[in-house]
Amino acid sequence: MATSNGSSTGTKITALVVDDDRVINAIHCKRLNKLGIENHVAANGKEAVDLHCSGKKFDLILMDRDMPIMNGIEATRELRAMGVRSIIVGVSTRSIKQEIQEFMDSGLDDYQEKPLTSSKVISILHKINCNEFLD
Amino acid sequence: MDLLSQLRGQIADFSAFLHREGFVDDQFTQLQKLRDESSPGFVVEVVSLFFEDCEKLVNNMAKALEQQIVDFKQVDSHVHQLKGSSSSIGAARIHNVCIAFKTCCEDQNRDGCVRCLQQVNHECIQLKNNLQTLFKLEQQIIAAGGSIPAMQ
Repeated sequence: MATSNGSSTGTKITALVVDDDRVINAIHCKRLNKLGIENHVAANGKEAVDLHCSGKKFDLILMDRDMPIMNGIEATRELRAMGVRSIIVGVSTRSIKQEIQEFMDSGLDDYQEKPLTSSKVISILHKINCNEFLD
Repeated sequence: MDLLSQLRGQIADFSAFLHREGFVDDQFTQLQKLRDESSPGFVVEVVSLFFEDCEKLVNNMAKALEQQIVDFKQVDSHVHQLKGSSSSIGAARIHNVCIAFKTCCEDQNRDGCVRCLQQVNHECIQLKNNLQTLFKLEQQIIAAGGSIPAMQ
């Protein structure tokens, strides 16, 4: 099985889970944790943006769409405008094409429908690994 | 048959029942697979969080539906949240009620919403009781010296 925990390069992959639902945060963090990823949590888009303003960086951001204060679309736009180049994956229960496209257009690298499964997370990680090799 | 085998049989039957009756789906099985030695209480913790949040959402929805003029957008956003978290823990029945509930919100159907809310409440109580039974069985297995089997 291919490992993607970065142990060969000596650095752990870092992830930011952005969701106002703490049940989902707990589950997504656990999934990522089991794959050797270091996690942080933000309860809404503004918290995610503030973390980046304070200088934090993440390899992967899992961005929920519907959140209070600042939603996933606004937060993604803001992060991209700030020059954040992390892999941002939109995660939502919305399944209408138009709504997914609107979210993608805000600057996502990928979109996954909730609930996230381990195989979905692994396919996201392969994207990060590929990027690392290309850089 | 020794106690451990008896308990294992009981839990297998009960899990099969929960899946068959649609109380939980494969997502719940996925949740159980995330449990390990470093976090043996993971499923119980996540389920507790879910029911805590569920109760808050149900109360908020009830208040909103009692208003003279119902803010269906607000009710819908609560339903949306419950739909998301119920699907992520595999609470299939609750998730299905939420789908119907969303339609009632979109149609601005107050009576329909009230009925759905009652159903959500009912399903939450049933699931809570069922999962408590499941967790008790798991505790009994551990007390008898066994380990929690991986669910099918």
